[in-house]
Amino acid sequence: MNDGPTVAAVARRGLWSDARRRLRGNRAASAALIVLAAIALVALIAPALSPWSYDSLDWQHLAQPPGSAAAHWLGTDRLGRDLLVRTLHGVRLSLLLAVLASAVSLVIGVLWGAVAGLAGGRIDGAMMRFVDVLYSLPYLFVVIILTTLFTRGSLIVLAVSLAAVGWLTTARMVRAQTLALRRREFIEAARALGVPPHAILLRHIVPNVLGPVAVYATLIVPQMILFESFLSFLGLGVQEPQASLGNLIFAGAQEMESAPWMLLVPATALVLLLLALNLLGDGLRDAFDPREH
Amino acid sequence: MLKLALRRVAALIPTLLIIVTVSFAIIRLAPGGPFDEEQGVSPAVRANLDRLYGLDQPLPVQYLRYLRALAHGDFGPSLRQRDFTVSELIGRGLPLSATLGLCAIAVALMAGIPAGIAAASWRGPGADLAVAAIGALGVALPSFVIGPLLALVFGIHLRWLPVAGWQPGAPRYLVLPVLTLALPLAAALARLTRASLLEVLRAPFVRSVRRCCRSRAISAPPSPFSSPARWWWKRCLVSQGPGVTSCKAPSIVTIRSSWA
Repeated sequence: MNDGPTVAAVARRGLWSDARRRLRGNRAASAALIVLAAIALVALIAPALSPWSYDSLDWQHLAQPPGSAAAHWLGTDRLGRDLLVRTLHGVRLSLLLAVLASAVSLVIGVLWGAVAGLAGGRIDGAMMRFVDVLYSLPYLFVVIILTTLFTRGSLIVLAVSLAAVGWLTTARMVRAQTLALRRREFIEAARALGVPPHAILLRHIVPNVLGPVAVYATLIVPQMILFESFLSFLGLGVQEPQASLGNLIFAGAQEMESAPWMLLVPATALVLLLLALNLLGDGLRDAFDPREH
Repeated sequence: MLKLALRRVAALIPTLLIIVTVSFAIIRLAPGGPFDEEQGVSPAVRANLDRLYGLDQPLPVQYLRYLRALAHGDFGPSLRQRDFTVSELIGRGLPLSATLGLCAIAVALMAGIPAGIAAASWRGPGADLAVAAIGALGVALPSFVIGPLLALVFGIHLRWLPVAGWQPGAPRYLVLPVLTLALPLAAALARLTRASLLEVLRAPFVRSVRRCCRSRAISAPPSPFSSPARWWWKRCLVSQGPGVTSCKAPSIVTIRSSWA
């Protein structure tokens, strides 16, 4: 028996490996991924390396510029708290809140949109009318109401109010995707086989919707960071002595005449974080759904 | 298009009703009242105060009175700044907010759309990277970061413009707040313009126009008034609604940071 010429194994080509290849080719997104990993690493490790904690006061060095005083690599604020540790604490808090709020809003949005899309008719109309009404409420109003009803500094309340705003767009998007999926043959086949609707939802619709949702998720996280920083800047979000990038920027803006580093350090951190997340999100979106120019 | 606009305006009324009801309910149902911080007030005086402001009536009656007053445009007296009505306070702030918002939208439109058109027609090497970076920078620099940074550079270091304050009739007080509001909006507009323009330029009818009218130089984007451009303007303007309202919230930011 002859062996024919051995053919080299065919490289695997699927949705994820194609996307990974395109992502690696996108220089901006790859750079953003590296920057993001670096920020995450530093935010996790550096506070343990520094002798200061985010709320410890150093009475000897109040409002020192960066590099001048003992182990305060980025200076101190008006109360003598180390700015580097506070900024990293803020980065951690912002990322945690944003990821939590995004996850919750994605779960709610996907379920709401998928149910509405699958149910159709009056249920769909009612659910989407509810989404429209909530969409037209100004979001600051919702947040102010929630923070007035509950305690101010509570992180849970903040995460809930962030998620309450974020799920609407997800629901709309998922409903549109579901409506497109409904007409496909495999859904028809599943229904003909007598698969109950909740099983169709969980086993067929949701996994197929997850692709665009995953891309949207990487873009919603920076939006959440932005929103949370905005709320903290206004005093509605994270309260002192907890550090969030928003209230660090607010405190820095008040001192910027005499101590500009107090503004520049958290502002740079926020801008870098948002830039990296947005570039990565754009890269992921292009990787999953490339459009040739 | 007109029907859509009318339908959206008509949807405003139930929305306003919901907002009014919810805010009324929240404030009245929350524990405590507006006069709890007054010290040394005898119960008779408290009872009089409650009667004066209508706080001793049952809640539905208060709600109906409030709605009737709102229908006449009367928002009631301010409980924080006791000498003013709420309408007077709004009347003091609204013209300023409106001026800032409208100027910011105008600046954003004038800067963002040409920037987007330029970005769409730039074909050199590294164009994609630069455009993506600038677009991402526009999103990553929110108004509450740009505001203090602009004030730091132009107000404190260079001393070209005032850091805060307001003088009616002096345009230099407008510059920094308007720039702060306009820059994020202009960046978003530029991104949207570029994406929409690229999409339209790839459309079959544009390509056929190019092929059959090769003598005209249509390497630049088509005229702003041709039919593909009209379709694109409509799409662009419909999506500007959120941009318009988003100019109001950041104006709180600029005013807050100018109080500080």
